[in-house]
Amino acid sequence: MQNGTVICNGKEIVSADNEQGFSEFAKRVYKNQQWEYPKFFKMDRLSKLTFLTAEILLKELTISSEVKEQLAVVLSNKSASLDTDRKYQDSINSIENFYPSPAVFVYTLPNIGMGEVCIRHKIQGENAFFVFDDFNPLFLKHYAESLAQNNKATQVLCGWTEIDEKGYNSFLYLASPNGTLPHTEETIKKLYTQS
Amino acid sequence: MDALKQELKENIIEQLNLEEFTVEDIDNDDALFGDGLGLDSIDALELIVMLDKDYGIKLTDPEKSKEIFQSINVLAAYITEHRTK
Amino acid sequence: MKKEVAITGMGIVSAIGNSVEENLEALLTSKSGLGTSKHIKTHHKESIKVGEVRFTNAEIATQLNLPEDNNYTRTALLGCLAAKEAVQNVGITSISEYKTGLISATTVGGMDMTENYWKQFASNPEVQKYISSHHAGDSTEKIATSLGITDYVTTISTACSSAANAIMLGARLIKAGKLDRVVVGGTDALSKFTINGFKSLMILSESNCTPFDANRSGLNLGEAAAYLVLESDEVVAAQDKPVLAYVSGYGNANDAFHQTASSKTGDGAYLALKKALKVAGLQPSDINYVNAHGTATQNNDLSESVALQRIFNERTPHFSSTKAFTGHTLAAAGAVEAVFSVLALQQNSIFANLGFELAMPETGLIPVTQPQKKELKHVLSNSFGFGGNCSSLIFSEA
Repeated sequence: MQNGTVICNGKEIVSADNEQGFSEFAKRVYKNQQWEYPKFFKMDRLSKLTFLTAEILLKELTISSEVKEQLAVVLSNKSASLDTDRKYQDSINSIENFYPSPAVFVYTLPNIGMGEVCIRHKIQGENAFFVFDDFNPLFLKHYAESLAQNNKATQVLCGWTEIDEKGYNSFLYLASPNGTLPHTEETIKKLYTQS
Repeated sequence: MDALKQELKENIIEQLNLEEFTVEDIDNDDALFGDGLGLDSIDALELIVMLDKDYGIKLTDPEKSKEIFQSINVLAAYITEHRTK
Repeated sequence: MKKEVAITGMGIVSAIGNSVEENLEALLTSKSGLGTSKHIKTHHKESIKVGEVRFTNAEIATQLNLPEDNNYTRTALLGCLAAKEAVQNVGITSISEYKTGLISATTVGGMDMTENYWKQFASNPEVQKYISSHHAGDSTEKIATSLGITDYVTTISTACSSAANAIMLGARLIKAGKLDRVVVGGTDALSKFTINGFKSLMILSESNCTPFDANRSGLNLGEAAAYLVLESDEVVAAQDKPVLAYVSGYGNANDAFHQTASSKTGDGAYLALKKALKVAGLQPSDINYVNAHGTATQNNDLSESVALQRIFNERTPHFSSTKAFTGHTLAAAGAVEAVFSVLALQQNSIFANLGFELAMPETGLIPVTQPQKKELKHVLSNSFGFGGNCSSLIFSEA
């Protein structure tokens, strides 16, 4: 999901004028998909980005709730929760208007978005969040394979969810034994660049 | 007090990101927490901040807030009695 | 139990000491490091207790021989100090002799500097150097550079379970043969950002925290950095060095309940505990001591107690939370408490759960309240973070 477009498995699902900011676009995707999850509106931008991307992907794949429960989630990005950190800092910036916002503070960690996805889909498998300079397909590939080899998880939701003042881009994919594409660094990189 | 109640509804919708609600959707006697508007513990904390910021009321006991936030009517009555702004 | 991931060195700087020895001394004598903050300027100073490291930033910079014009945040300073101690304790003379990695955890990153200087970033060139040190990866990179680690460097940020997850990843990389040696842990400094945030959630205690007590009223924030050096069996054998303990089990699961609160039945905790036992090949009855997450919030302590009772079938082993010594050190907690767990194994000692007076009516669980000697073979350590991220680690005697 980036620049006003949502693409799933190569198909464009939603497309909007890229001039629209992320928040407006996110709302549009939510309404377009006709979801009913009011908690969505309380999330910070990073969580919304993670949530939307995961929601679209998981809807497309029909996974049973038993499988979902064991799903592992491994996400990453560059800016951690900086986007929300700034917003929170604003609420404590001036001595005269000093009102730290609890609802914003709880999102000042990069893994909360992942938590929101887990809450929504009752996913209780292992979850980890990494901060990298750039999208790191090799790392994600190794991590997912390690989980599978050690019987920690049979399927792993992996990806990159980055948002800051400059823009946003997210890329999620499911690594599983019955996938159709080979689980290699090249394939992952190609899918990321294409999306 | 009616103006206050209207103001509260608007503020709550705005502060708590209740995107799918309008002022008309909130009845003065509706339960704010639990089944009513479905607010949660973080929302309660945000309302405590709102009480301080907009009405100058400082609440330090989160348990007390459960009584005060029962409904718009109860909240408006409490604010009218205790506001310093 | 497979002996595959050895702990050969540790380093720690916290409110109860600036080295492993100092921390141990405080633990054995039940001397808490909580108090009124001296370094951080917050207007909540008089209404909270924190676990602050004794040193000022200038003092740490001097110890690390940093040039005057450096851009080290307090998070990075603490991290470098503790990581250096860990590596020195192993007696590593050449870091590049083996494939060595660094996995460091943080949540505060450079926020301690940014919050003080960001209004001047546009106008004052002297403070602009802190712009680039804000990033979560900065302290990790500075530690890597100071130790000369280049093979593998990464940053984990999953709230209060971060360092535990760093240890878990490090153990896996060793077992998978990807690394021969890895420095794992975390660092977080106190900041106004976190103090105000936790205050707005109304979970900060005004006095020293009392984990697992019926009348507990919240947590104390702390700052710390702690690192362990993990090595493979081959490296240990080749170097013929003493092993402090083993990382024998680990598990992580998501509670899937709420962004910051834990489920009443402690699901995430229960699943993480279960996984850790499975990896270690142990039964619940094999655990001799649990270093609990025990933040002293109403929510965590109840949730964690329920999870413990579930996994141990009502026969909960001796347990205590050491957060009344150090405060809740956020991303560093998992590593701080890993160090404490290893010390417990080495000393065959259980450290006190300070401040406890009355058991929670819901569970009746009573932690260890005086330091006591006990033969320990396996120690379990919990670290549960916001976002439902729950981790459990098991350490076993060497």
